[in-house]
Amino acid sequence: MKKLVIRNIDQGALMKLNKILKNTFLVLFACLVLSACATSKKSTGQMQGDVYTGTDTVEYLASGVPDRVFFATNESVLTTASRETLRKQAAWLRKNSDITIVLEGHADERGTREYNLALGERRANAAKDYLMTYGISSNRISVLSYGKERPVDSGSNPLAWSKNRRSVTVKAN
Amino acid sequence: MRNLIILFLIFIIPTKALGLIEVDITRGNLNPLPIAVSPLSIDDESKKSFEKTLKKKDIGSEISKVIEKNLKTSGLFNPLDKNAFLQAPDIAHLKPRFEDWNLIKAQALITGKVKNVDDKLRVEFRLWDVLAGKEMMALAFTTVPNNWRRVGHIITDKVYERLTGEKGYFDTRIIYVAEEGPKTNRIKKLAIMDQDGANNKFLTLGNELVLTPRFNPTSQMVTYLSYFRNLPRVYLLDIETGIQEVVGDFPGMTFAPRFSPDGKKIIMSFAKDGNSDIYTMDLENRIVEKITNHPSIDTSPSYSPDGKFICFNSDRSGYQQIYVMKSDGSNVKRISFGNGLYGTPVWSPRGDLIAFTKLHKGKFYIGVMRTDGSGERLLTENFYQEAPSWSPNGRVLIFYRETKTDDKGEGFSAKLWSIDLTGYNERLVDTPTDASDPSWSSLLSN
Repeated sequence: MKKLVIRNIDQGALMKLNKILKNTFLVLFACLVLSACATSKKSTGQMQGDVYTGTDTVEYLASGVPDRVFFATNESVLTTASRETLRKQAAWLRKNSDITIVLEGHADERGTREYNLALGERRANAAKDYLMTYGISSNRISVLSYGKERPVDSGSNPLAWSKNRRSVTVKAN
Repeated sequence: MRNLIILFLIFIIPTKALGLIEVDITRGNLNPLPIAVSPLSIDDESKKSFEKTLKKKDIGSEISKVIEKNLKTSGLFNPLDKNAFLQAPDIAHLKPRFEDWNLIKAQALITGKVKNVDDKLRVEFRLWDVLAGKEMMALAFTTVPNNWRRVGHIITDKVYERLTGEKGYFDTRIIYVAEEGPKTNRIKKLAIMDQDGANNKFLTLGNELVLTPRFNPTSQMVTYLSYFRNLPRVYLLDIETGIQEVVGDFPGMTFAPRFSPDGKKIIMSFAKDGNSDIYTMDLENRIVEKITNHPSIDTSPSYSPDGKFICFNSDRSGYQQIYVMKSDGSNVKRISFGNGLYGTPVWSPRGDLIAFTKLHKGKFYIGVMRTDGSGERLLTENFYQEAPSWSPNGRVLIFYRETKTDDKGEGFSAKLWSIDLTGYNERLVDTPTDASDPSWSSLLSN
């Protein structure tokens, strides 16, 4: 009998402990979620989300006209910064009407080869469409996808991958 | 190539199965069958003549080494150490002393004899069941001496088939992309080699980027992607003549090519205005058909062996998934529903499974699922691997794997690997350079 009572007391204590633990887990979990959000939104100076915002790899078609735009993982949507770059390219192309260009679309190494070829093509075309809305004729633009075949950064880390997800405008003549 | 090879097959004594030894290949085989491969015996005169023509001291023993390596890499057999063999090869071939072979725990025994007959290579071999004390099979081949490695592969195929009940995959070749140079500017060439890595040959010079070569059903033609003149297009290559031609006249990138199972069509993706769809082209009448019509990416098509269905990769759901449709493009059904992204579906030559690449939580997997998407099974996990290709008997997958680079971006490599359908027996496939995009041929001597 005595033993049974003790056991009951123990169980009561256990349940309380369980409740406390559950609550702490909830709090802990909430903290984790918050901090995860905080880190993913934080700009590292080189990346916004997982889009590259640095300038290490950027070359210039003319003074103040960057040659490339960057994309998020699996995406071909142009960011605000990308649209600004492409408007500068369009202005430069309107001034230099004899120049033709190739848009080279690239993907990072974290995808299958064939899908990445299609993704590179889709990215280059996103840039092409934007240039066309700013008055650049489609017959001055050709598109070439390299998929994941020509990374600029050989690293295997998120920053390197963000530099490699790109569409580069190259003078063709 | 196959036409050039004169291969005579003569049955000496067709023997019947009498409840003899069997190897179960449906499970991971953790107890490979102990087998003794006695060096094939050869008379002195033949030995000398072949030494002159083939630059091999003892061609009989070389052929047995080919057989031994094949059996070992299959993971189903354990070839025993030759130093422990008690009986001389020529006598064992006539009548093995089964007690001797039993003593070294051999359950099966391969013996053989090589002879020069009119400057041709004549090889006969026998397979013995040591425990039952019986002959299981006896065959002889006559061929040109240069084919000596193929003789070893064909013998392995016969032994494998006799002991497992399924066709072998040893007299086959692998076409792949040989890689060299820095990761940011790889030089890629088409290369072909025997299944065991021998007879490696480069088919292109590396002047332009080449990707994803695949054999036609007779393994004489290859379709692949080439960046010749910076125009990525699907090409066709005749391995024997070296003649290459572009497939179709598309105003943009064509990629991800494969042959139809009858070899008459090429199925591939064509990318236009940011949208990739699947097309076929008939190689005889050059008629092009559009198979999918969807604003998403549709790529990596692969026919079922009966040609009635196509599995492919699409991101129409928002992310890369595997779909199956009828070969005319109707009845599109998504079949992959697990967590993660799915790519590179390839239909098994047996028709019952689809192999794929899966990306989940930063890891890449090679797996298989039934053709309705059920029974998903992941065979291997790694930092990066993709593009499985089936052995012709549907028992083994070959794929490529890339390494993670270090903090300085160095240490990159790409290699070919193989794994059994069971998930066991993962092996590095030796290549002289880095390698990717492997494609397995059909059985050459069918």
